Amino acid sequence: MAKVNFKKDYHQAKWNEPMIYELSTPGLRGIIPPLVEDKIEKAVGDTAAELPDSLKRKSSLDLPEVAQKQVLAHYLHLSQETSGANLTNDMSEGTCTMKYNPRLCEDLVANPGFADIHPDQDPDTVQGMLQVYYEFEKVVKEVSGLDKFSLQPGGGNHAVYTAASVVRAYHEARGELAQRNEIITTIFSHPCDAACPATAGFKVITIYPDEHGMPDYEAIKAAANEHTAAIFMTNPEDIGIYNIHADKIVEAIHAVGGLCFYDQANANAFLGIARAKEAGFDMCHFNVHKTFGTPHGGEGPACGALGVREYLAKFLPVPTVEFDGSKYYLDYDKPESIGKVREYIGQSAVVLKAYAWSCMMGADGLKECAEVSVMNNNYMVNKMEKIPGVTHAFQGNGIVRQEQIRYSFEGLKEKYDIGSDDMNCRMGDYGIPWFWSSHHPWVIPEPMTIEPCESYTKEDIDEYCEVVAKVAQEAAENPELLKHAPYNTAMHRRINEEELDDPSKWAITWRAYKRKHNID
Amino acid sequence: MGKKQFVHPYIPNMEPNVKKEMFDAIGMKSVDEIYQGIPDHLRFKGKMELPEPIISECTLQRHVEKILAKNMNARDNICFLGGGTWNHYVPSVVSTIMERDEFLTCYVGDAYTDHGKFQTLFESSSMIGDLTGFEACCTPTYDWANAIAIACRMAQRTTGRDEILVAGNMAPDRLLVVRNYCKPEMTVTKIGFDKNTGAMDLEDLKAKISDKTASVYFENPIYLGGLEANVYEIVKIAHDAGATVMVGVDPSSLGVLEAPGAYGADYAVGDLQPLGLHMSYGGGIGGFIATKDEKEFLGEFPSLLYGLCKTEKEGEYGFGEVFYERTSYASREKGKDFIGTTTALYGMAAAVYMALMGPQGFKEMGEGILQRVAYTKAELAKIPGVKIPSSGCSYCDFLVDFNDTGKTVKEINKALAGYKILGGKDISGEFPEYGQCALYSVTEVHSEEDLQALFDALKKIIG
Repeated sequence: MAKVNFKKDYHQAKWNEPMIYELSTPGLRGIIPPLVEDKIEKAVGDTAAELPDSLKRKSSLDLPEVAQKQVLAHYLHLSQETSGANLTNDMSEGTCTMKYNPRLCEDLVANPGFADIHPDQDPDTVQGMLQVYYEFEKVVKEVSGLDKFSLQPGGGNHAVYTAASVVRAYHEARGELAQRNEIITTIFSHPCDAACPATAGFKVITIYPDEHGMPDYEAIKAAANEHTAAIFMTNPEDIGIYNIHADKIVEAIHAVGGLCFYDQANANAFLGIARAKEAGFDMCHFNVHKTFGTPHGGEGPACGALGVREYLAKFLPVPTVEFDGSKYYLDYDKPESIGKVREYIGQSAVVLKAYAWSCMMGADGLKECAEVSVMNNNYMVNKMEKIPGVTHAFQGNGIVRQEQIRYSFEGLKEKYDIGSDDMNCRMGDYGIPWFWSSHHPWVIPEPMTIEPCESYTKEDIDEYCEVVAKVAQEAAENPELLKHAPYNTAMHRRINEEELDDPSKWAITWRAYKRKHNID
Repeated sequence: MGKKQFVHPYIPNMEPNVKKEMFDAIGMKSVDEIYQGIPDHLRFKGKMELPEPIISECTLQRHVEKILAKNMNARDNICFLGGGTWNHYVPSVVSTIMERDEFLTCYVGDAYTDHGKFQTLFESSSMIGDLTGFEACCTPTYDWANAIAIACRMAQRTTGRDEILVAGNMAPDRLLVVRNYCKPEMTVTKIGFDKNTGAMDLEDLKAKISDKTASVYFENPIYLGGLEANVYEIVKIAHDAGATVMVGVDPSSLGVLEAPGAYGADYAVGDLQPLGLHMSYGGGIGGFIATKDEKEFLGEFPSLLYGLCKTEKEGEYGFGEVFYERTSYASREKGKDFIGTTTALYGMAAAVYMALMGPQGFKEMGEGILQRVAYTKAELAKIPGVKIPSSGCSYCDFLVDFNDTGKTVKEINKALAGYKILGGKDISGEFPEYGQCALYSVTEVHSEEDLQALFDALKKIIG
């Protein structure tokens, strides 16, 4: 068996990089654009001089002037000060499914047959890419059991927003939109299940859990009425408990005329195991960049695949990709469509990588991802429960957890005033990337949400638990150590954080920073 | 997984001995004991009908490359498409940084362990701010259309007004996105434009603007080619009515074109794709919104905002989230609209691109594009039956009128493909009033030889 690598002497790269502006020397440059040929130059002269006066750039352009090696070095250094999942033990980011992202897929998107095709090309000239869209749609249809997908949304939340737009169009088409202005969600569903319907114009009703940590079925039933447009719920919710009432909830919402949207951001543990179809949902979405092995890109590019039942397909964004038996084509003929939520047909780089990843998995491989993920998680919780000061949400309720757990450092907080942020900072000193605590509000005190998906070895999990145990021990023995951590990462503990909320001090650009903080 | 059982290279713990050890540790025999938490009637009993897996990376690579070979690409052919995604040169340094696993595979960590990501995105926002003339720029949006839509909702909250006026010549697909986002409570009204110059009809603007107008949006360069020169007049009309002004820009043009902030606009929006991203069949787009660093503007961003912050180590550039309570991550439905995973990696790519280009690079590239476009327009106008509707300067995109050739744009483009040329975008569906016109795009990648190939092919096709 492999060695458990507890990184006691870890230190992240730390380059003390100046701002790129501070590396500037007037006259330097990183690249020369292609020169205009003499023939063109002679024929047209100085075209820029012919610009209307109102549009000639007169304001200064204070971009940095830096030679190429120094630009490259600067950003290589900054990349080294970043904890990508492919190089770290990143089960840290629970709810995010930080899988291994195969390098092969990066080679595929660099292929000129993909990288250098324009989205407005005639469909006849991009049959290969349309085939990829069509084939990947078949994968998500099979994984969900639903009838039709749009791959247009640019991320998970974007797919949820698109679902809210579909709900709006559905009730509008039935003449009931004015009456049906409420969407129900649950507090452990992702915040987008509340925020996206609100953006689409709905009033949001939030349901809290019952004593077992499950969405309160009776409360949902009580909230459902003739004003209900839909329910938007994650399952399992972000604490990793599978909602055994899922189909009963669907029935209750359908009974009052509402639609049911299944947020499947946490789908990884259920590939080939449980689907939206069997639970009766009208719609669902997948975070393609989570579940289907594509990189997260530091928050995108991403793709949210939105699936619906046949009777909602006419409302999906235009165009959809279809096949007539000999050719793939784009179908814009959807008069009841919600229109578009993004330019072009989708985030093609993500779709291509996800297609390739799915090809490599097949049905059995997808199921294996699910089964190994839940095994990993249960192995991990068994170890974590033994660490003093570490508990987890609704511990001891007799329900077997699925793909992730929301742990709590409440015990450490009460005893030593060491909370989630302190633990997080200190764990960074042992090479653990910043863990996902929880969205707000923190219903579970001092949270840490961990998802040891199929990419991680047993030893990775052992190492993670060792780090948590070590830092929890440090919290008990020397809490002050944690209060000033981290020491071995690229950045030290923030001070004066209130300035980030102060309009006279905050600065999201270098220019603003220089002005507000009197920097020459 | 085929006849022989493999431990998948991406799923290490499926190795039978490891599995047994792990299940033993938790006192379980198999995964069924975990999934018993899912009621039986909710379980999927069948097997997903998917193709047999391709388990070798080598075989998979060949499989995908064979599919991609069916696409006509802009490397082996000459591409004249633009209008929202452009065929610009992508420097190798940008590709190198984008492919770093550190940036490529990180996610939502705090600046303590992702300091480099925070600084790179801060620098990206700073440089976009410099190009557009603003002190505030958010982390990337999904795309340009999303940036307009978000800015419209921001303007609604800032002004307390519910109507958006948009230039009637804006890109129709972007307008579809804006309409969807504004639908709950805002109206979106088009302003007329001069068919020949593309310029906004100022009389129509004056007639339609009112105390209900939250913002006036126009694009510069104009989607249909040409430039909107009456920027000061539009800003004055809008501001006099208490409305804000929003300008959609191609950021690569701002080495030669004036920054919207300098002519009084309140927001600049646009796409990151021209800043070092491949076209990637629409996979290269990502948007930005720049505005004033005042609470009533910046405070309405739904996006994450990375700000400089002091740390316990004196002189260190620390970073944190600015005014986080605004966001839906912090405040759910009470936050500003919603945020999520968008296109951060493209913001980082754009940072590298802008740092490489610097002020000289943007200026020279812009001047060169203006020259190539002027040359192309002049040469195309010499072809019998071909007309160039707009006489002024164009940056990248311009209209070519084929109405007098007796051929449709579709027919011409089909014939051009035979010459290994991807012709301009057929806009006869989007703007039927122009008849058979195509939106062509020329950038710094087009050599004189490429342009001559277009002229020669068109002469033969139309001749």
